[in-house]
Amino acid sequence: MADTFTVHLKIWRQEGPNEPGELVDYTLDKVNEHMSFLEMLDVLNEEIVKEGGVPIEFDYDCREGICGSCNLMINGQAHGPKAMTCSCQLHMRNYSDGDTIVIEPFRAKGFPVIKDLVVDRSAFDRIIEAGGYVSVKTGSAPDANSIPVDKSVADTAFDYATCIGCGACVAACPNSSASLFTGAKLAHLNRLPQGEPERAERTVAMVEQMEEEGFGDCSNYAECEAVCPKGISISAIAEMRRNYMKAALKGSEA
Amino acid sequence: MPSFLDALKSQVGRKILTGITGVGLILFIIFHLIGNLTLFGDPQAFNEYTYALENLGFILYVLEAGLAVAFLLHAYIGISIWWNRRKARPQGYKKYQSKGGSSHQTWAAKSMIFTGIVLLVFLVIHIDTFKFGATETIMLNGHEARDLKSLVIATFQQPIYAFGYTVVMILLGLHLGHGFWSAFTSLTMKHNEYSALIYTVGIIFAILMAVGFLFIPLYIYFAGPDAALISY
Repeated sequence: MADTFTVHLKIWRQEGPNEPGELVDYTLDKVNEHMSFLEMLDVLNEEIVKEGGVPIEFDYDCREGICGSCNLMINGQAHGPKAMTCSCQLHMRNYSDGDTIVIEPFRAKGFPVIKDLVVDRSAFDRIIEAGGYVSVKTGSAPDANSIPVDKSVADTAFDYATCIGCGACVAACPNSSASLFTGAKLAHLNRLPQGEPERAERTVAMVEQMEEEGFGDCSNYAECEAVCPKGISISAIAEMRRNYMKAALKGSEA
Repeated sequence: MPSFLDALKSQVGRKILTGITGVGLILFIIFHLIGNLTLFGDPQAFNEYTYALENLGFILYVLEAGLAVAFLLHAYIGISIWWNRRKARPQGYKKYQSKGGSSHQTWAAKSMIFTGIVLLVFLVIHIDTFKFGATETIMLNGHEARDLKSLVIATFQQPIYAFGYTVVMILLGLHLGHGFWSAFTSLTMKHNEYSALIYTVGIIFAILMAVGFLFIPLYIYFAGPDAALISY
């Protein structure tokens, strides 16, 4: 059995959306280096339950970095210290005995806290509803080959499609901007032949929804790109700006 | 579709306007520095240059109006972005740190609001000191002209001006350190093989501008009014 070590945790506890919250200290001495960060929280919750306490609420689903649920601010960094990983892909081998780890929920007006570390990210759903789709029948699998798509276009579209909507970009942005998320969705759909016809309407609708949800302005800090578990480039934001201004120019001519 | 004006008021439009006005202000300071360097040319080169500039007539008013609009718009949008960020995250983090890597969240980037406001206040003092400052009238090639060169030299004999300007010019360098690169991204340049180069060029440009501008007050202060490079 691997050696265990001790970590000191400061975890945000908040009973409900409108309750005041605070950082609560926990010490966990059963940590081993093979645990994922979420397993460590599971073990802590078992301890809390044993002592009759209320377990810490945190979001997760796949635990393999593809669902975008495990949105934790770990020591002030979205998804923790490692590049291109989700919180669930962080392992306790990155910490040593006696370390203090602060865990907070993703914070933004657009991401209200529901309880403890769980936030409501339905603002992202509403940005998608505003235009993050194609309104044409794309057919069944064999039809995919009937519309030729340049390999480089398909690859770039796929790079942007890897966005899992976790919200780390918003959480890490000093301005709480959702530009990388919105830009990635636009860059994915706008460049494909199925998405191209609605490019102008989509871009305008999603940008407007993003602003309506209360996300802040982009100041080109590029912090979003650094924390994105999928490594999505801020080129998506540049492209969003170009398509939005193009759409506005065209719109005012019509 | 939004009207073009509405589009400019959106988050995206504000960034485009910040970029355009930023590029305009960058071009302005390049010309400003080149003009300043005439102090080190022929004895009356600076006064001839400022005379020519102040007698551009209508063109001067257009340029001044354009600059005023660019400055005010740039400042207004910058301050409103900083104001909005409080609304966008009503409750802050107890602990926050940059992840590094491809992040450009440098000290220069984080201090844009501070360096920007200092530059705005500086601008008012600067215009008051030189544009509206009292000068002797001298005869220059048969016409009356302001002896701005003497005013510059006298002003920078005073430590508060010499060192105050130096500090502000370092802050200008910091502002440009993020601003130069940021303008390209705001004006929709995507990441490509030149991105790293543009970032580096931006930092070199920022240092050149800061050093170029702060050299003048420091040189005049330490070399004195009879300094070789600026003597009549």
